[in-house]
Amino acid sequence: MLLAAVAGVLWAVPFAWMLVASLRPGYPDDVASLLPHPPLGLDNYRDAWSSGHFPLWYANTALLCFGLLGIQCVTVTAAGYAFARLRFRFSGLVFTLFLLQLLLVPALLIVPNLQMLVALGLYDSLPGVAAPYLASAFGVFLMRQTFRQLPRDYEEAAALDGAGPLQVIRHVLLPMARPGLAAFAIISLTAHWNEYIWPLIATSSPRNQVLTVGLASFAGSSESGGQWGVVAAGTALVAAPLLILFLAFQRRIVRSFVFSGIK
Amino acid sequence: MRPGARRLRAGRHARPWLLLAPSLLGLALFTYGPVGQVLLRSLQVRRFGRPAEFGIANYQALLADERFLRALGNTAFYAAGTIVPSLVLALLFALALRDSGWLSAAIRTLVVLPMMVPLVAAAALFTFVFLPGVGLLEYYLAPLGLAGFNWLGDPALALPSIIAVTVWKNTGYYMLFFLAGLAAVPEEQIDAARLEGANAWQRLRHVILPLLGPTIGFVTVIAVINVLVQVDHVLVMTGGGPADSTNLLLSYIYQTAQQNLDIGRASAATAVSVALLFGLATVSLRALERGMHYES
Repeated sequence: MLLAAVAGVLWAVPFAWMLVASLRPGYPDDVASLLPHPPLGLDNYRDAWSSGHFPLWYANTALLCFGLLGIQCVTVTAAGYAFARLRFRFSGLVFTLFLLQLLLVPALLIVPNLQMLVALGLYDSLPGVAAPYLASAFGVFLMRQTFRQLPRDYEEAAALDGAGPLQVIRHVLLPMARPGLAAFAIISLTAHWNEYIWPLIATSSPRNQVLTVGLASFAGSSESGGQWGVVAAGTALVAAPLLILFLAFQRRIVRSFVFSGIK
Repeated sequence: MRPGARRLRAGRHARPWLLLAPSLLGLALFTYGPVGQVLLRSLQVRRFGRPAEFGIANYQALLADERFLRALGNTAFYAAGTIVPSLVLALLFALALRDSGWLSAAIRTLVVLPMMVPLVAAAALFTFVFLPGVGLLEYYLAPLGLAGFNWLGDPALALPSIIAVTVWKNTGYYMLFFLAGLAAVPEEQIDAARLEGANAWQRLRHVILPLLGPTIGFVTVIAVINVLVQVDHVLVMTGGGPADSTNLLLSYIYQTAQQNLDIGRASAATAVSVALLFGLATVSLRALERGMHYES
């Protein structure tokens, strides 16, 4: 327990440094110190904000993450419902194709995916960054499990009343499947907020940069200037939204991550 | 059968496919299409002024490329260096922190936090941690007489330093699964073993680990995937250097495609990593199955 406590504190050192260094303006000699020696101030945050393009990066990242999530919710719900409730030929084979995609993660396929993007005319655009993730095998899997655990009585009653499958999904199943969809939303948002190599490759112009790509180039140039406080502030600006979200909804987020892994 | 009824039946048959269509289109365009494309492209040999021929020249060039072999070797070292320590640490954290006390909850939070930040953000922080001269390790290790290391600049230290970042980032995530797995281990079985005089190690080895078999298998598969796809920190912190000592498979692929514009060789390297992934995943799944047999 004591060892775990010590290790836990060590684990937090990089974040502690980020916080302390970001609040110490200028070029202190002991910039590595974890103790917040005065003077303290928000100058580094102001510098980071003005030397990077944070408003643009936030807007692009939010647009990418939430736009993608909106489309994914439709695709994974539809496919998850088909696998959970409908019987059709080749369903086993098709389901295997989905399962294999859990291994064939898009990051591994950056070279052919990039060629596909160019062929589709989506290179250097946010829809292009989102494109490989429109079908989420993981989300389909999660929704299939979620739908399977719901009782069939309500759907049958609704079908007897003349409701079509889309109406059944929307008005009967989805309200009950909300925890599954919420878990998927958390995983999807975290994954795409934090992703780097694919958005780096799929875009070329600065106006399409997302937070991670922006941070990498911003940190690179500030590091060469020795502006470690500004680097720390910029990193905090990128990491803060999800860190704050996590601290606020820890129980729920942890449950989603674990839920997502139990198959 | 009345025409209306037949149309209704046809509609029923089409229904699953309509619901699956968007996802299947995505899978075709961005998973199976690209996998096929990679195989095809890796077997195409292009020379100036001549039509493309088919052959294994890309694979031959790949195997003759010392940088690729170096990346392959580095990836093996990186796999062993990240998977084993992060799984062991995750299990130890889970065993130590599974009670519901506030202190355990607080430490769990600290260990899980890195999971939520981008790997490039971790890279920015650790670039300073490892910085020679004024960096964090230098500052706090100097009083212990351990100063003067160039963690990212020394070919012998760079890959272990990159490994440290990966372990820091992933351990908390894996711990969550072990915590969930441990929650499913019946407390009575552990108590029974204790009453029979089993010490902590024996309880772990003979009671807890066998019951955690499926969890260990699952986390191993995730960790294997992570070895092949998490290279953001390599690109940001070292760019694969110094002297290719931190170049991994995906960063090699990235450089070959983006900087050298050699799509044939990059495709061959991608095909190799897809094959590796499937091989390793099959082995892990086998191990997982064996774990389950052990249980029953």
